[in-house]
Amino acid sequence: MTLTGLAFAYARRRPLATALVVALAALGIAIATATLLVSRELGERLHRDARGIDLVVGAKGSPLQLVLSGVWHVDVPPGNIPHAALAELRAHPMVAGAIPLALGDSVRGFRIVGTEPALVEHYGATLASGAIYSRPMEAVIGSEVARRTGLGVGGRFAGSHGLAEGGGEHGDLPYTVTGVLAPTGAVVDRLVLTPVESVWAVHDSHHGAGAHDTGAARSADEARTDDDGREITMLLLRYRSPLAAASLPREINKSSALVAASPAYETARLFTVFGVGLDLVNAFAAILVGASGLLLFVALAQALDERRYDLAILRTLGARRSDLVWVLLAESLALASAGAFAGLALGHLAVAALATWLPAAAPLANAATGFVPEEAWLLALALAGGILAAAWPAWRAARMDVAATLADG
Amino acid sequence: MIEITGLVKRHGDVVAVAVDGWQVARGEAWLLAGPSGSGKSTLLALIAGLTEPTSGRVVVGGADLATIRPGDRDRWRGRTIGLVPQRLHLIGAISVADNLRLAQRLAGVGHDDARIAALLEAVQAADLARRVPRELSQGQAQRVAIARAVVNRPAVLLADEPTASLDDEHAAHALELLRAQALEAGATLVVASHDARVRPLLPRAFVLSARPGPLADGGAAR
Repeated sequence: MTLTGLAFAYARRRPLATALVVALAALGIAIATATLLVSRELGERLHRDARGIDLVVGAKGSPLQLVLSGVWHVDVPPGNIPHAALAELRAHPMVAGAIPLALGDSVRGFRIVGTEPALVEHYGATLASGAIYSRPMEAVIGSEVARRTGLGVGGRFAGSHGLAEGGGEHGDLPYTVTGVLAPTGAVVDRLVLTPVESVWAVHDSHHGAGAHDTGAARSADEARTDDDGREITMLLLRYRSPLAAASLPREINKSSALVAASPAYETARLFTVFGVGLDLVNAFAAILVGASGLLLFVALAQALDERRYDLAILRTLGARRSDLVWVLLAESLALASAGAFAGLALGHLAVAALATWLPAAAPLANAATGFVPEEAWLLALALAGGILAAAWPAWRAARMDVAATLADG
Repeated sequence: MIEITGLVKRHGDVVAVAVDGWQVARGEAWLLAGPSGSGKSTLLALIAGLTEPTSGRVVVGGADLATIRPGDRDRWRGRTIGLVPQRLHLIGAISVADNLRLAQRLAGVGHDDARIAALLEAVQAADLARRVPRELSQGQAQRVAIARAVVNRPAVLLADEPTASLDDEHAAHALELLRAQALEAGATLVVASHDARVRPLLPRAFVLSARPGPLADGGAAR
């Protein structure tokens, strides 16, 4: 029987208080862990997906909406722009590269993006099988799309109207999968890439049917501003020089039909808003952990009064003052670390459950299985809380007058 | 074994106990008598090094307690002194056997389960080893408390009012057990009691007066 064993025995003797302290700490740490994992994964993904894109140029509307729909593919685009804008901007001396995107349809919730093979290169994606498309109605699918839909090279599918599941199908113009991309961890994993001409062809086949609510084909008849009358949804631009950041967006925004949005700026803006929500959740987690610490302190202070005679007896048996301090500290640390480890595990489980059951949260699966350095800080914080909660009771125990306690009975 | 010289313990202005001199030889069994409030428990605490005298010396087994550093004194106490407190208090969160194991651990001696088993057998508590203290009767708790006090074979066994709240039969049995265990461990026994039933059972007595001060009979009394 060791003093640490004795501390554990004391904790076991008060199952309700022990369970409550551990549960509160675990809940608080779990919430903090989950928000940490989600926000970190989200931040990494946002930055990874936006890397190498200096500017998104699209139709007039919200710049954030433009970036959300064009870079992260989580919102509907504000509208379309003339296809001619692609050639104009490519010819601009400040532009090093431009990739067109034409959105509008989807397959089982995954967006079909009319674009050029340059987008595959942009994300550093490689083919796991097959080849890049070479003609309209051919498609290359991301790894997540392949996994979820079961499509492979040679597979055929029909696009659905709109960017979410449930739209009517373009059954008369099926796509053929020519290649499957290897996983990249970027948004391209969840995209279906096809020539821009595919999107136009689908639109043309349904011309007048009023099938599309949003996307590249929606306003094709309403705004034929270039020579071929074609439209795309947006352009992803790369600056030739960082100096372009100072003048190119302003120059584009002067145009009556186009808006230029900087993913870096919009990401920062998004995180400012997102950060308030995270701060609120973290504050709630801190309250729970704080309540657990307070409960632990009260439990130990109360236990000290109940165990005064126990502690005096320990001194008669040869325990040093430091031994009494350790008994209380070990109990407190045991509960705090139990709460912390349970909380960390719960946090990961919660994120894993979210990734499993919520399709939109599927990319969080990686976050659920990996550990981030901040989790060590959460653990350290919990242990520090345990030490703090035990400090005063332990100090009182160390200063106890053994002879007087024994005499008082 | 125990030498006390010019010992005074004060709590503020109040003299808790005062002893001019007292010598106890190795292996002797003494009654420390005196009415309630005479300082018997305080004197036992002084001998055990649980509190420090205001003045005077306490020497136990040749060691002047004032010269032992506080941290070392705790370990010394664990190995040298066995104490049966008035409340017979056992640590309630752990089993009877673990109470004895903890005493071994705190004294810095290795675990000796054979010693524990033999001791519990000797105090007729072998079947109680796995029980927790709240499951014990008063008599059982007393036997276990005595076993815990002698588990490390202390040089000095101190018992504070061991017969309080016991009937005649149990009181006699408790004292007999204390003496037997002290004898088996080779320990010097000091029993503090104001119980008149104890006096005939112990050969020597040291009497503290109601108002602490020089002893009326000059020391030991039989």
